Amino acid sequence: MKVDLKQVEEACKELYIRALKLLPPDIKQGFERLDRGETDATGKAVLGTMIRNIRVAEETNNLLCQDTGIPIYNVLIGAGVEIDGYQLKQAIARGCERATREHPLRSSVVHPVTRKNEHTSCGRAVPVINVDFAPDAGVLSIEMIPKGSGSENNSWLKMAVPADGIDAIKTFVVDCVLDAGGKTCPPTIVGVGVGGTADLCVHLSKVAATRPLGTHCDDPEGARLEAELSGAVNQLGVGPQGLGGDSTSFAVHVEMAATHITMNPVAVNMQCHSARRARATFTTQGVTYGF
Amino acid sequence: MAHYDFNMPITEAQARALRVNDTVTLNGTLFGIRDATYIHMFDRGRRTRFDMNGHAVIHTAPNVKWVGETRATPCGYAPVCIGTTTSDRMERFTRQLMSEYGVRIVIGKGGLREGSLGAFRDLGGVYLAIVGGAAALETTWVEQIEDVDLDDLNPESLWKFRVKGFGPLLVSMDSHGGSLHTQVNQSARDRRAATLAALGVKI
Repeated sequence: MKVDLKQVEEACKELYIRALKLLPPDIKQGFERLDRGETDATGKAVLGTMIRNIRVAEETNNLLCQDTGIPIYNVLIGAGVEIDGYQLKQAIARGCERATREHPLRSSVVHPVTRKNEHTSCGRAVPVINVDFAPDAGVLSIEMIPKGSGSENNSWLKMAVPADGIDAIKTFVVDCVLDAGGKTCPPTIVGVGVGGTADLCVHLSKVAATRPLGTHCDDPEGARLEAELSGAVNQLGVGPQGLGGDSTSFAVHVEMAATHITMNPVAVNMQCHSARRARATFTTQGVTYGF
Repeated sequence: MAHYDFNMPITEAQARALRVNDTVTLNGTLFGIRDATYIHMFDRGRRTRFDMNGHAVIHTAPNVKWVGETRATPCGYAPVCIGTTTSDRMERFTRQLMSEYGVRIVIGKGGLREGSLGAFRDLGGVYLAIVGGAAALETTWVEQIEDVDLDDLNPESLWKFRVKGFGPLLVSMDSHGGSLHTQVNQSARDRRAATLAALGVKI
C-alpha cells in the first residue's frame, strides 16, 4: 500500500483536535466504575463534575481540558506499507501546526531556555514522533496523544539495583503516587516502566500510562504487578484532585523490557483523568478514525 | 460548610469569613495568571495596569481566538477553552501577589504549600480548589475576555475575564491555617506503611 502524504497531514490535524475533544470509551467506562465505588462525598462531587465536563465538551464541541499538551504521534507501520519516512515526519508536523493555527488551539510548546512560543505546537523534536512496525499487512496506524503537563511534570526514574528486588519497584510506585498527590489531576493512570535501559524504562512508563483501560501487560509478572498495585494505590485516600477519596487511580499499568544483570530500573509516568488519545487507520480503503 | 456568592472584589473580612470546606461562586471580574506572568511581574519587575485589589486570580493560560475588537470582544480575543493549571509550580509568588496587588483569592488545582498558607493567614486570603481538567464546563462560566495585559507573553498574558456563576468552588485553604491539601496528604502518608505491608514489601 502506498500512503498519500496529503491524507496523512489532514489526518494528523484532525487527530489533534479529535483527541482534545472526545474521550475514549474505555476512559468514560473507567469514570463510571470509579463513580460507583466512590464513598467520599468530596470525591464523589469531583468525579461528578468531571463526568459532566465530558458531556459539556461533546455538547459544545469544545476541548475537554485547556491543556493542549505536548503533541505525541505514535506511528505503526504494517507489512507492505510504502512510505518515505522523512516526508512522513514532515507531514505529521504540518498537520499538528495546522490544527493549532486553524482551530485555533493554544500552543503549549516553547523553547526550553528562551521560553519563546512559536504558536505552532511545534519546535525542536516536537511533535514527538515514535515509529514502530507491525505485522498487519497494508495497514498504517497513527495514534495521537496530547500529553498534559500536570501529569507529565510528575515523572520519575529510579535506577534501583538487583538486591533491592521487586520491593523497590512496589515502594517506588506507592511513593510516586504520594508525591504526586493532587498535582497530577487524579484519578490517574499510573504508568510503570520496569527494566530496559534508563531511556527505554521511561519510554515504557509512557506507553503504560497511555494504554487503554482494560488492557493488561502481556508479561505475566507485569500483569500480576498491575493487579497488586492497582488495588494498593487506591488504599491511600488521595482521591479525585487530591481532595480525598477512594478514586486515586483508574489503574496501574506496567510495561516491561529485559534489563542488564546489574540493573533494576523503574520509571513512573502519570496520565491525568483527561486521558486523551485518538487514532487514524490508513488502508487501501481510505482513512478511518477511532481510539 | 456555608456557601457564598461573591460579586468581585471582596473585602478582607469577607475573605477571613471563609473556612475550609465552604463553597464559593464568583461573579464579575476574574484575572487569569500563569508561570510566565508571575516570573515577569515579580522576577523581572514588570507592572500591570490592572487594579487587582480585593480580586481573585485563577491559574490559567486559556485557548483564545483572535477575532478583532468588537463589542462582544473588547480586547479582540474570544474565549475558546478556559481551564485551570496546577498551582504548586507558582507557590513562591502568592505572598507578593497579595502584598503588592491586594489579591484575596487564588483559584487553582492541586493546592499550594505552607508559604501560601502563611500569606493567607497574615494578609487575609483563601485558595479555592476548582476541578482541574473540567475546562469545557469552566468555559461556560466565562462571559467575556474584557481585557488583556502583558500580552507579549500570550497565552501566559494577564487576562481579565468577566464571569457569571463561576463555581461552586471549594475553599481548600483558608486564613485560619486550614488546608485540605495538607490534611489529605498527611492522611495518605499515614497509610503508606500499611499499603506497603499489604503489598508484601519488607521494610
